Amino acid sequence: MELGASIAFWILAATSVMSALAVILLRDVFRAALFLVLTFLAVAGLFVTLRADFLAAVQVLIYAGAIAILIIFAIMLTRNVQSGNPSNRLLGAVSFLSAILLAAIVYVALNTHWPQAKEAPLEATTGPLADFIFNKYVLPFELASVLLLAAIVGAIVLVKEK
Amino acid sequence: MVGLEHYLILSGLLFCIGMVGALAKRNIVTILMSIEIMFNAVNIAMVAFSRYVTPTLLTGQIFAIFIITVAAAEVALGLAIIMAIYRARETVDVGKIDLMKW
Repeated sequence: MELGASIAFWILAATSVMSALAVILLRDVFRAALFLVLTFLAVAGLFVTLRADFLAAVQVLIYAGAIAILIIFAIMLTRNVQSGNPSNRLLGAVSFLSAILLAAIVYVALNTHWPQAKEAPLEATTGPLADFIFNKYVLPFELASVLLLAAIVGAIVLVKEK
Repeated sequence: MVGLEHYLILSGLLFCIGMVGALAKRNIVTILMSIEIMFNAVNIAMVAFSRYVTPTLLTGQIFAIFIITVAAAEVALGLAIIMAIYRARETVDVGKIDLMKW
């Protein structure tokens, strides 16, 4: 069981990192979007290895479903084949800065004493999550619905033909 | 044996990849995709903390649900803005979208 979870983690981690690199390195924007879907699916698998079953389903439905479709629509409607997916002149500096940030993150993650809980994680998270969202966190939940409504209205106004 | 540190380092790696894409790409759709990668990296860290630090309180998972909500709103609005810009200026190159640059 433990060995299987470890193997799954390493496969999913390698997949997500490789496909994220493909998103920013490929010349064809459409292929980059397809690799973005692969990244989303690998992250959903990582959620499963973290015992977050509801979030894994949400990740597949919202990211790999809705957001990926929206992005592919945008690429199809604004495609500029000959321009490709170039970098600007900051690429070297930004890569250097990101490497420094990554080194700092790795240093902090390895040298901090994280307070780890001993109890076992929940078997099914959907019921407890609903309990928390509709009781303790009901105000942020309502605010999120208002935010989504405002975003939808704003998007419709922005793309409407004059 | 995979622990919290593995997930945090993976999250940092994905975040840095997304940051390079968001800062160094010219295509506005690629920039939006890189921002989505960064959101995913943060979600991995949140869920990993939820799994290893507060396994019964689920705080990190609730936070991740709200991050996903905001990401969905952000991508819908961002793509609407991209469509509006493309209709007006026929380009998705952020170097050429310079109307407000003096």
